Amino acid sequence: MEQPNLDYIKQLSGSDIAFENKFITILKEEFPQEKNEYTKLLIANNTEDTALIVHKLKHKLNILGLHNAYRLAVTYEEELRQGDTKLKDEFANVLESIELYLNTI
Amino acid sequence: MTCIIIDDEAAARAIVTQLCTTVPQLDVIDEFSSAIDAIKFLNRQSVDLIFLDIHMPGFSGFDFVQTLKNPPKIVLTTSDSNFAIEAYEYEPIVDYLVKPITQERFSKSIQKVKNLVQQQPSLSDSEAKGTGVGDELYINIDRRLIKLKFDDILLIEAKGDYIDVKTNKEDYRVHNTLKKIKEKLPEELFLQIHRSFIINFTKIIDIEDNSVLIEKNVIPISRSNRPELMRRLNLL
Repeated sequence: MEQPNLDYIKQLSGSDIAFENKFITILKEEFPQEKNEYTKLLIANNTEDTALIVHKLKHKLNILGLHNAYRLAVTYEEELRQGDTKLKDEFANVLESIELYLNTI
Repeated sequence: MTCIIIDDEAAARAIVTQLCTTVPQLDVIDEFSSAIDAIKFLNRQSVDLIFLDIHMPGFSGFDFVQTLKNPPKIVLTTSDSNFAIEAYEYEPIVDYLVKPITQERFSKSIQKVKNLVQQQPSLSDSEAKGTGVGDELYINIDRRLIKLKFDDILLIEAKGDYIDVKTNKEDYRVHNTLKKIKEKLPEELFLQIHRSFIINFTKIIDIEDNSVLIEKNVIPISRSNRPELMRRLNLL
Protein backbone atom coordinates (compact mmCIF):
# COMPACT_ATOMS: atom_id res chain seq x y z
CA MET A 1 0.00 0.00 0.00
CA GLU A 2 1.33 3.44 -0.91
CA GLN A 3 2.46 5.65 1.95
CA PRO A 4 1.80 9.38 2.44
CA ASN A 5 4.79 11.65 1.91
CA LEU A 6 5.69 15.34 1.80
CA ASP A 7 7.51 15.29 -1.56
CA TYR A 8 5.13 17.77 -3.19
CA ILE A 9 5.31 20.19 -0.27
CA LYS A 10 9.10 20.00 -0.16
CA GLN A 11 9.28 20.65 -3.88
CA LEU A 12 6.90 23.59 -3.54
CA SER A 13 8.68 25.07 -0.54
CA GLY A 14 12.08 25.32 -2.22
CA SER A 15 13.68 24.63 1.18
CA ASP A 16 11.48 27.20 2.90
CA ILE A 17 11.27 25.40 6.24
CA ALA A 18 8.90 28.00 7.70
CA PHE A 19 6.39 27.26 4.93
CA GLU A 20 6.79 23.49 5.38
CA ASN A 21 6.11 23.77 9.10
CA LYS A 22 3.17 26.10 8.56
CA PHE A 23 1.72 23.74 5.99
CA ILE A 24 2.10 20.69 8.23
CA THR A 25 0.31 22.61 11.00
CA ILE A 26 -2.54 23.41 8.62
CA LEU A 27 -2.79 19.74 7.56
CA LYS A 28 -2.82 18.58 11.17
CA GLU A 29 -5.61 21.01 11.98
CA GLU A 30 -7.70 20.70 8.86
CA PHE A 31 -7.53 16.97 8.11
CA PRO A 32 -9.11 15.74 11.38
CA GLN A 33 -11.92 18.29 10.98
CA GLU A 34 -12.65 17.07 7.46
CA LYS A 35 -12.42 13.43 8.53
CA ASN A 36 -14.89 14.04 11.36
CA GLU A 37 -17.26 15.85 9.04
CA TYR A 38 -16.97 12.99 6.54
CA THR A 39 -17.75 10.40 9.22
CA LYS A 40 -20.77 12.33 10.52
CA LEU A 41 -22.23 12.77 7.04
CA LEU A 42 -21.65 9.12 6.17
CA ILE A 43 -23.34 7.95 9.38
CA ALA A 44 -26.25 10.28 8.61
CA ASN A 45 -26.43 8.61 5.18
CA ASN A 46 -26.17 12.04 3.55
CA THR A 47 -24.34 10.76 0.49
CA GLU A 48 -24.65 14.00 -1.46
CA ASP A 49 -22.78 16.06 1.15
CA THR A 50 -20.42 13.15 1.81
CA ALA A 51 -19.42 13.39 -1.86
CA LEU A 52 -18.59 17.07 -1.33
CA ILE A 53 -16.28 16.35 1.57
CA VAL A 54 -14.64 13.49 -0.32
CA HIS A 55 -14.03 15.97 -3.10
CA LYS A 56 -12.25 18.24 -0.64
CA LEU A 57 -10.22 15.37 0.82
CA LYS A 58 -9.13 14.36 -2.70
CA HIS A 59 -6.80 17.33 -2.86
CA LYS A 60 -5.04 16.28 0.32
CA LEU A 61 -4.52 12.78 -1.09
CA ASN A 62 -2.70 14.30 -4.05
CA ILE A 63 -0.72 16.67 -1.83
CA LEU A 64 0.44 13.68 0.22
CA GLY A 65 1.43 11.71 -2.88
CA LEU A 66 -1.38 9.16 -2.55
CA HIS A 67 -2.14 8.84 -6.22
CA ASN A 68 -3.87 5.44 -6.07
CA ALA A 69 -5.99 6.67 -3.17
CA TYR A 70 -6.82 9.75 -5.23
CA ARG A 71 -8.17 7.57 -8.03
CA LEU A 72 -10.19 5.62 -5.48
CA ALA A 73 -11.60 8.90 -4.14
CA VAL A 74 -12.58 10.04 -7.65
CA THR A 75 -14.62 6.86 -8.12
CA TYR A 76 -16.00 6.99 -4.58
CA GLU A 77 -17.12 10.61 -4.96
CA GLU A 78 -18.93 9.72 -8.16
CA GLU A 79 -20.59 6.69 -6.57
CA LEU A 80 -21.64 8.70 -3.51
CA ARG A 81 -23.46 11.09 -5.80
CA GLN A 82 -25.47 8.06 -6.94
CA GLY A 83 -26.09 7.07 -3.29
CA ASP A 84 -23.61 4.18 -3.41
CA THR A 85 -21.28 3.75 -0.39
CA LYS A 86 -19.63 0.44 -1.20
CA LEU A 87 -16.11 1.95 -1.24
CA LYS A 88 -16.45 3.37 2.26
CA ASP A 89 -14.25 0.74 3.97
CA GLU A 90 -11.47 1.13 1.44
CA PHE A 91 -11.64 4.90 1.79
CA ALA A 92 -11.65 4.61 5.59
CA ASN A 93 -8.31 2.75 5.35
CA VAL A 94 -6.88 5.66 3.35
CA LEU A 95 -8.03 8.20 5.93
CA GLU A 96 -6.61 6.02 8.69
CA SER A 97 -3.19 5.88 7.02
CA ILE A 98 -3.15 9.68 6.68
CA GLU A 99 -4.11 10.13 10.30
CA LEU A 100 -1.31 7.82 11.42
CA TYR A 101 1.17 9.61 9.18
CA LEU A 102 0.20 13.06 10.43
CA ASN A 103 0.86 11.86 13.98
CA THR A 104 4.45 11.02 13.00
CA ILE A 105 5.42 14.37 11.47
CA MET B 1 -0.57 42.97 -9.62
CA THR B 2 -2.79 42.62 -6.60
CA CYS B 3 -4.61 39.36 -6.01
CA ILE B 4 -6.83 37.52 -3.56
CA ILE B 5 -7.28 33.79 -2.98
CA ILE B 6 -10.68 32.20 -2.44
CA ASP B 7 -10.80 28.57 -1.32
CA ASP B 8 -12.64 26.89 1.53
CA GLU B 9 -9.62 24.64 2.11
CA ALA B 10 -6.84 26.24 4.20
CA ALA B 11 -4.21 23.90 2.76
CA ALA B 12 -5.12 24.98 -0.78
CA ARG B 13 -4.92 28.66 0.15
CA ALA B 14 -1.49 28.10 1.71
CA ILE B 15 -0.24 26.44 -1.47
CA VAL B 16 -1.41 29.27 -3.74
CA THR B 17 0.03 31.85 -1.35
CA GLN B 18 3.37 30.04 -1.43
CA LEU B 19 3.30 29.92 -5.23
CA CYS B 20 2.57 33.65 -5.32
CA THR B 21 5.73 34.37 -3.32
CA THR B 22 7.74 33.21 -6.32
CA VAL B 23 6.33 36.07 -8.43
CA PRO B 24 7.72 39.41 -7.21
CA GLN B 25 5.08 41.46 -9.05
CA LEU B 26 2.25 39.56 -7.37
CA ASP B 27 0.89 40.93 -4.13
CA VAL B 28 -1.54 38.69 -2.20
CA ILE B 29 -3.62 41.23 -0.31
CA ASP B 30 -6.04 38.79 1.31
CA GLU B 31 -7.44 35.28 1.31
CA PHE B 32 -10.96 34.05 1.97
CA SER B 33 -12.53 30.73 2.92
CA SER B 34 -15.91 31.82 1.61
CA ALA B 35 -16.99 33.52 -1.60
CA ILE B 36 -19.45 35.70 0.28
CA ASP B 37 -16.68 37.25 2.39
CA ALA B 38 -14.68 37.85 -0.78
CA ILE B 39 -17.62 39.67 -2.39
CA LYS B 40 -17.87 41.95 0.65
CA PHE B 41 -14.17 42.69 0.33
CA LEU B 42 -14.41 43.36 -3.41
CA ASN B 43 -17.19 45.87 -2.80
CA ARG B 44 -14.60 47.92 -0.91
CA GLN B 45 -11.45 47.25 -2.89
CA SER B 46 -10.59 46.15 -6.39
CA VAL B 47 -7.86 43.70 -7.35
CA ASP B 48 -6.19 42.64 -10.58
CA LEU B 49 -6.52 38.89 -10.14
CA ILE B 50 -8.50 36.30 -8.20
CA PHE B 51 -7.50 32.69 -7.60
CA LEU B 52 -10.85 31.00 -7.20
CA ASP B 53 -11.82 27.49 -6.16
CA ILE B 54 -14.90 26.14 -7.94
CA HIS B 55 -16.14 23.75 -5.26
CA MET B 56 -17.22 25.66 -2.21
CA PRO B 57 -20.16 24.93 0.05
CA GLY B 58 -23.26 27.03 -0.53
CA PHE B 59 -21.83 29.38 -3.13
CA SER B 60 -19.75 27.90 -5.93
CA GLY B 61 -16.98 29.57 -7.87
CA PHE B 62 -19.25 29.94 -10.90
CA ASP B 63 -21.95 31.58 -8.74
CA PHE B 64 -19.26 33.96 -7.52
CA VAL B 65 -18.12 34.90 -11.04
CA GLN B 66 -21.68 35.70 -12.08
CA THR B 67 -22.16 37.91 -9.02
CA LEU B 68 -19.28 40.27 -9.78
CA LYS B 69 -20.22 43.46 -11.62
CA ASN B 70 -16.72 44.38 -12.79
CA PRO B 71 -14.74 41.18 -12.40
CA PRO B 72 -10.96 41.21 -12.60
CA LYS B 73 -9.02 38.38 -14.23
CA ILE B 74 -9.85 35.07 -12.60
CA VAL B 75 -7.78 31.89 -12.45
CA LEU B 76 -9.79 28.88 -11.36
CA THR B 77 -8.26 26.32 -9.05
CA THR B 78 -9.93 22.93 -8.81
CA SER B 79 -9.40 19.24 -8.22
CA ASP B 80 -11.51 18.44 -11.28
CA SER B 81 -10.65 18.92 -14.90
CA ASN B 82 -14.30 18.32 -15.82
CA PHE B 83 -15.26 21.98 -15.59
CA ALA B 84 -12.69 23.33 -18.03
CA ILE B 85 -15.11 23.80 -20.93
CA GLU B 86 -17.73 25.48 -18.74
CA ALA B 87 -15.06 27.70 -17.19
CA TYR B 88 -14.09 29.33 -20.46
CA GLU B 89 -17.69 30.37 -21.06
CA TYR B 90 -17.09 33.08 -18.45
CA GLU B 91 -15.10 35.96 -19.88
CA PRO B 92 -13.15 36.89 -16.71
CA ILE B 93 -11.83 33.33 -16.35
CA VAL B 94 -8.47 33.30 -18.06
CA ASP B 95 -6.99 30.05 -16.83
CA TYR B 96 -7.79 26.81 -15.07
CA LEU B 97 -5.34 25.20 -12.65
CA VAL B 98 -5.87 21.60 -11.60
CA LYS B 99 -4.78 20.81 -8.03
CA PRO B 100 -2.21 20.00 -6.89
CA ILE B 101 -0.79 23.00 -8.72
CA THR B 102 2.82 22.72 -9.88
CA GLN B 103 5.26 25.62 -9.93
CA GLU B 104 5.70 25.29 -13.69
CA ARG B 105 1.98 25.40 -14.43
CA PHE B 106 1.48 28.29 -12.03
CA SER B 107 4.24 30.32 -13.72
CA LYS B 108 2.63 29.79 -17.12
CA SER B 109 -0.68 30.93 -15.77
CA ILE B 110 0.80 34.11 -14.29
CA GLN B 111 2.53 34.90 -17.56
CA LYS B 112 -0.80 34.54 -19.33
CA VAL B 113 -2.46 36.91 -16.86
CA LYS B 114 0.37 39.43 -17.15
CA ASN B 115 0.04 39.49 -20.93
CA LEU B 116 -3.70 40.07 -20.67
CA VAL B 117 -3.36 42.77 -18.00
CA GLN B 118 -0.79 44.59 -20.15
CA GLN B 119 -3.10 44.50 -23.14
CA GLN B 120 -6.07 45.82 -21.22
CA PRO B 121 -5.75 48.28 -18.31
CA SER B 122 -7.41 46.81 -15.25
CA LEU B 123 -10.28 48.35 -13.34
CA SER B 124 -8.08 48.77 -10.30
CA ASP B 125 -5.65 50.87 -12.34
CA SER B 126 -8.37 53.13 -13.65
CA GLU B 127 -9.85 53.50 -10.19
CA ALA B 128 -6.55 54.58 -8.71
CA LYS B 129 -7.25 58.03 -10.20
CA GLY B 130 -3.59 58.86 -10.60
CA THR B 131 -2.85 60.31 -13.99
CA GLY B 132 0.72 59.09 -14.01
CA VAL B 133 1.74 62.17 -16.00
CA GLY B 134 2.74 65.67 -14.96
CA ASP B 135 3.84 66.48 -11.46
CA GLU B 136 0.75 65.61 -9.49
CA LEU B 137 -1.40 62.76 -8.26
CA TYR B 138 -5.12 62.73 -7.51
CA ILE B 139 -6.36 60.91 -4.44
CA ASN B 140 -9.94 59.98 -3.74
CA ILE B 141 -11.17 61.27 -0.35
CA ASP B 142 -14.90 60.99 0.39
CA ARG B 143 -15.74 61.06 -3.34
CA ARG B 144 -13.60 64.17 -3.81
CA LEU B 145 -10.51 64.02 -6.00
CA ILE B 146 -7.78 66.00 -4.30
CA LYS B 147 -4.71 67.04 -6.24
CA LEU B 148 -1.37 66.49 -4.54
CA LYS B 149 1.82 67.84 -6.05
CA PHE B 150 4.57 65.23 -5.88
CA ASP B 151 6.90 67.82 -4.42
CA ASP B 152 4.50 68.42 -1.51
CA ILE B 153 4.38 64.75 -0.49
CA LEU B 154 6.74 63.91 2.35
CA LEU B 155 6.02 60.25 2.87
CA ILE B 156 3.37 57.56 2.59
CA GLU B 157 2.74 55.01 5.30
CA ALA B 158 0.76 51.75 4.96
CA LYS B 159 -1.91 51.34 7.66
CA GLY B 160 -3.77 48.08 7.12
CA ASP B 161 -6.20 48.55 4.25
CA TYR B 162 -5.31 52.26 4.10
CA ILE B 163 -2.36 54.48 3.36
CA ASP B 164 -1.53 57.74 5.11
CA VAL B 165 -0.19 60.35 2.73
CA LYS B 166 1.71 63.04 4.64
CA THR B 167 2.33 66.29 2.81
CA ASN B 168 3.92 69.54 3.94
CA LYS B 169 0.40 70.98 4.29
CA GLU B 170 -1.94 68.22 5.40
CA ASP B 171 -2.23 64.49 5.98
CA TYR B 172 -4.68 62.28 4.09
CA ARG B 173 -5.93 58.76 4.73
CA VAL B 174 -6.76 56.88 1.52
CA HIS B 175 -8.29 53.43 1.07
CA ASN B 176 -5.58 51.99 -1.12
CA THR B 177 -2.35 50.02 -1.01
CA LEU B 178 1.24 51.14 -0.81
CA LYS B 179 2.00 49.06 -3.86
CA LYS B 180 -0.61 50.83 -5.95
CA ILE B 181 0.43 54.35 -5.06
CA LYS B 182 4.07 53.41 -5.63
CA GLU B 183 3.21 52.65 -9.24
CA LYS B 184 1.89 56.21 -9.60
CA LEU B 185 4.89 57.97 -8.08
CA PRO B 186 7.97 59.06 -10.04
CA GLU B 187 10.94 56.85 -9.19
CA GLU B 188 13.32 59.79 -9.30
CA LEU B 189 11.62 61.33 -6.23
CA PHE B 190 10.20 58.43 -4.25
CA LEU B 191 11.70 55.35 -2.74
CA GLN B 192 10.32 52.55 -0.61
CA ILE B 193 12.63 52.20 2.37
CA HIS B 194 10.51 49.86 4.47
CA ARG B 195 7.61 47.44 3.97
CA SER B 196 5.28 50.15 5.30
CA PHE B 197 6.95 53.37 4.10
CA ILE B 198 7.62 55.20 0.87
CA ILE B 199 9.49 58.48 1.23
CA ASN B 200 10.15 61.49 -0.95
CA PHE B 201 13.89 61.26 -0.57
CA THR B 202 14.45 64.88 -1.58
CA LYS B 203 12.84 65.70 1.80
CA ILE B 204 15.35 63.78 3.91
CA ILE B 205 16.92 65.90 6.65
CA ASP B 206 19.32 63.27 7.88
CA ILE B 207 19.94 59.56 8.06
CA GLU B 208 21.04 57.92 11.24
CA ASP B 209 21.73 54.22 11.70
CA ASN B 210 18.56 52.54 10.48
CA SER B 211 16.22 55.51 10.24
CA VAL B 212 15.54 58.57 8.14
CA LEU B 213 14.34 61.94 9.42
CA ILE B 214 11.79 63.84 7.29
CA GLU B 215 10.45 66.93 9.03
CA LYS B 216 9.57 65.47 12.45
CA ASN B 217 8.99 61.95 11.20
CA VAL B 218 11.48 59.21 11.96
CA ILE B 219 11.06 56.45 9.42
CA PRO B 220 12.72 53.04 9.73
CA ILE B 221 14.89 51.70 6.92
CA SER B 222 14.63 47.97 6.35
CA ARG B 223 17.83 46.07 5.76
CA SER B 224 16.78 45.01 2.27
CA ASN B 225 15.94 48.58 1.16
CA ARG B 226 19.02 50.25 2.65
CA PRO B 227 21.43 49.50 -0.27
CA GLU B 228 19.08 51.17 -2.80
CA LEU B 229 18.70 54.24 -0.58
CA MET B 230 22.46 54.55 -0.17
CA ARG B 231 22.98 54.08 -3.89
CA ARG B 232 20.65 56.95 -4.69
CA LEU B 233 22.12 59.42 -2.21
CA ASN B 234 24.67 61.88 -3.49
CA LEU B 235 27.29 60.81 -0.95
CA LEU B 236 30.41 62.86 -0.52
